[in-house]
Amino acid sequence: MPPMTETTAYRAGDRVRTRATDPPHHTRLLRYARGQVGEVVRHLGAWPLADESAQGREPRVEPVYTVRFTAHDLWGSGDHRVTLDLWQSYLEPAPEPAMEPASGSAPEPAP
Amino acid sequence: MSGHHPDAEIAVRVRRLEARVVAAGLTDDAELDDILARLLAGASPLNGARIVARAWVDDDFRRRLLADASAAIADVGLSTRGGLKVQNLGVVENTATEHHVLVCTLCSCYPIGLLGPSPSWYKSEAYRARVVREPRAVLAEFGLVLPDEVTVTVHDTSAENRYLVMPRRPAGTAGLAEAELAALVTRDGLIGTAAV
Repeated sequence: MPPMTETTAYRAGDRVRTRATDPPHHTRLLRYARGQVGEVVRHLGAWPLADESAQGREPRVEPVYTVRFTAHDLWGSGDHRVTLDLWQSYLEPAPEPAMEPASGSAPEPAP
Repeated sequence: MSGHHPDAEIAVRVRRLEARVVAAGLTDDAELDDILARLLAGASPLNGARIVARAWVDDDFRRRLLADASAAIADVGLSTRGGLKVQNLGVVENTATEHHVLVCTLCSCYPIGLLGPSPSWYKSEAYRARVVREPRAVLAEFGLVLPDEVTVTVHDTSAENRYLVMPRRPAGTAGLAEAELAALVTRDGLIGTAAV
């Protein structure tokens, strides 16, 4: 595997927001999870960026993270959670949550 | 599911492609059959069941499995390297308060080497679209009704990791040997659409 071209930017517990843009090529950033805030659960190592290998390019190798979202954030209803495995370039840091509790989300352990 | 066969079109494409590569002298039917046979030899839910049964009886293995499943499954003679691509394995553990279920909403990613070929419903648009949105309703249709206090987590397999659910060990199984425990674990339990 080629060497990793990006350093690891996030740790478990970090809040991240996914990109909201719709790229003109294959991506693994699922449409229903774009522009959403989630919590990094786990760093999964570094993997070739599928967006670039699908275009026949030599892919960048980036950290991949499991990121957990609440159903309430994704769908506006539901009490479950959805995790996705996302490449680092899909993500940006998200601000800390507002003070009011997010209804419908499961209780999280204290940081 | 309905009697509709969504894979008919792709099956035609695959047969045409196979005819072209064989006609071009790039391979032959025997080689293709051999590749498929090697891929599927031993690819069965029994592998996943053996992993789970070991974790039920060996707490040290269970901890290592949850921390680094790809490495831990060597203990039971298994590997994630049997497929066409390198993949990592992640195991998620059901508890009294948390239930996990797997899906690939983009296509049909699935740990074939450890579970065998995926069931047709796993690849259906209905399952893929609905389980991320209303998992409790979908699981109830599978006959699995979860109490409200159980948190449901849906794992959408969107990168190179593949997942396996570790079901809860059923009550009343304290006297069973590891092989007997493995016989209790079903394919759907390993996907998370059944309790065990």
